[in-house]
Amino acid sequence: MSIRERMSGNEAVATALRQIDPDVFAMFPITPSTEIPQYFAQYVADGRVETEFICVESEHSSLSACIGAEAAGCRAVTATSSAGLSFMNEVLYVAASLRLPVVLAVSCRALTGPININHDYSDSMAERDSGFIQLYAENNQEVYDNLLMAHRIAEHSSVRLPLMICQDGFITSHAIENIELEEDEEVKKFVGEYHPENYLLKKENPLAVGPYGISAYYMEARVAQAEAMKRAKQVILEVAEDFRKTFGREYGFFECYRMEDADVALVIMGSSAGTAKVAADALREEGIRAGVVKIRAFRPFPGPELCEVLKNCKAAAVMDKSEGFSACGGPLFAETSGALINAESRPKLIDVVYGLGGRDFTVESASEVFKRLCGIAKGAEIGPVYSHLGVRSL
Amino acid sequence: MAYNLKQEMNKRERFYPGHRLCAGCGAGIVCRAMMRAVDPEDRAVICNATGCLEVSSFQYPYTAWEDSYIHTAFENASATASGVEAALNVMKRRGRLPKDEEVKILAIGGDGGTYDIGFQSLSGAFERGHDFTYFCYDNNAYMNTGTQRSSATPRFASATTTPAGAESVGKKQEQKDLTQIMVAHGSSYVAQTTLFGTMKDFHEKAHRAIYTKGPTFVNVLTPCPRGWQYPEEDLVEICKAAIDTCVWPVYEVVEGEYRLTYEPKKKLPVEEFMRRQGRFSHCFKPGNEWTIAKAQEYVDKKWEELLAKCR
Repeated sequence: MSIRERMSGNEAVATALRQIDPDVFAMFPITPSTEIPQYFAQYVADGRVETEFICVESEHSSLSACIGAEAAGCRAVTATSSAGLSFMNEVLYVAASLRLPVVLAVSCRALTGPININHDYSDSMAERDSGFIQLYAENNQEVYDNLLMAHRIAEHSSVRLPLMICQDGFITSHAIENIELEEDEEVKKFVGEYHPENYLLKKENPLAVGPYGISAYYMEARVAQAEAMKRAKQVILEVAEDFRKTFGREYGFFECYRMEDADVALVIMGSSAGTAKVAADALREEGIRAGVVKIRAFRPFPGPELCEVLKNCKAAAVMDKSEGFSACGGPLFAETSGALINAESRPKLIDVVYGLGGRDFTVESASEVFKRLCGIAKGAEIGPVYSHLGVRSL
Repeated sequence: MAYNLKQEMNKRERFYPGHRLCAGCGAGIVCRAMMRAVDPEDRAVICNATGCLEVSSFQYPYTAWEDSYIHTAFENASATASGVEAALNVMKRRGRLPKDEEVKILAIGGDGGTYDIGFQSLSGAFERGHDFTYFCYDNNAYMNTGTQRSSATPRFASATTTPAGAESVGKKQEQKDLTQIMVAHGSSYVAQTTLFGTMKDFHEKAHRAIYTKGPTFVNVLTPCPRGWQYPEEDLVEICKAAIDTCVWPVYEVVEGEYRLTYEPKKKLPVEEFMRRQGRFSHCFKPGNEWTIAKAQEYVDKKWEELLAKCR
């Protein structure tokens, strides 16, 4: 039986971690993810988990300790945000290339500068090429559910890749909302135990991890890693299917909201999707066929599946909540337009960068974008392909 | 247990030949001796910082290491070791490993990965008290990238980023005294040694460090023929000169108590150490004599300070 509760996204993550009871949790505080290890520290203090909880001296070390623990044969987790994730950058690549399924909870926050503690995806998007699987959540329920699925995906023998579950800093990490929690025992049963094949502490067979790989070998290692990311797609769907059967909630690569007959659509991520859905509902009342695609899996990126969903759409806006400084659009736009490039039927596509550093994204803002799309759908000039929403004149 | 060279040399090797370290490099000697200091019946996990040793001893698909080994990055050997130690603890607690299983966690890095870029993670791991031993093979500069100065480079040494020249007599600053800094962390066992004689000094310190609970530290002066510019066969002579001139005193600190493990019968002048190495050759040029006097002054001061702590 599910338990009806109310809590913040950070507490939901901490609760899932308590239920999973991982072997090692290495932590370093940073706003807004700090609450996750704080809640967890109390679980340790109260003897509710058996986890080895290490308070290290930096995020670089928290992930390094997780890598050491995973390589040694354990399930290891950590949490961070913003500059903390950037500080991990080097070792994110190490974790992925060593094929260690570390699970990392990110409460996404803007990167400096100016220094800002509020939400956007500049931290997680900067790590999109690190080799981590990335799952995004709209609310506390989704971040909780993503975490229950995380280890099953990451540790799967055909994947063996680290995974970050991303939620919106403050917006979902701190907002208290209703949530359905699952029973501890049910969670443990669903997640299962971790039994890696080879590990440093295995007595029968010592292991050497992290070689120098010259050009005769490096490329094969990278391609093997790329293939694992491709295989992760199937595993994400399989685990979601088992999750649906077990707990009843449905997940895929993305959520389609009123997309069946949509002429105009927003491709969006995280909590903003809720806002976009409300705007779409209102526009539907006016006879505008508006829909929303909410991306859950950004890595691996579901390109062909997204093409399928957008093929009958006339105009779509990719909503980027991070600025990639490419001078031609944000990271979600680059992925989406790349996915559509060879599609025979595809919408006109624009990129709207919005909400940086916690700038409000309202129903009105979403409607404004939808209305622009309506014009494009009817044959108006597309206008600037890449623009910023709600910026005061410079 | 008294040190027996023959017995030690008859132990099974745990760091194999065939690695790609240079002829005349001290790092391979450090590794062999470090692994001899782990009792044959005990297992070990080695956590290695990026550097010469890592690229030379584990080039895919070959490894020189008998025991489990992990390299992740340059600055995080101690953090990686912290994670391995945490894993060992929890696996014992959860019954996935026998409680009495002896697994020794060893971290090893050069001076770059220890004194400098790896210092934060080293300090953090010592403050937290993980049960592991850190070996620094201090070759006085960033050798893997081509002899750039580090905080372990002694004053007046010519390095590629502090070259001697018309307006330069090499590095301007004295060496950071990392051994003292590790003592200040409150570790139960901290030692300084180098590669001389029968390796008795090294072995006894390494063994004691490895078999002392908590974080312990062994700082090993480890000559590098490329960076120090000496004939390969002179390695041991240079180490001997380092201890006889007191440039690198060998001592240990057990629970805060200092003990010299070698005191030269006759303290030799510092040039006996410097003249054997090309990196100090400019110090012997006319007009630069003052550098040798200055180096002597510093060595004397540090030696007196150490003697005071040992008495």
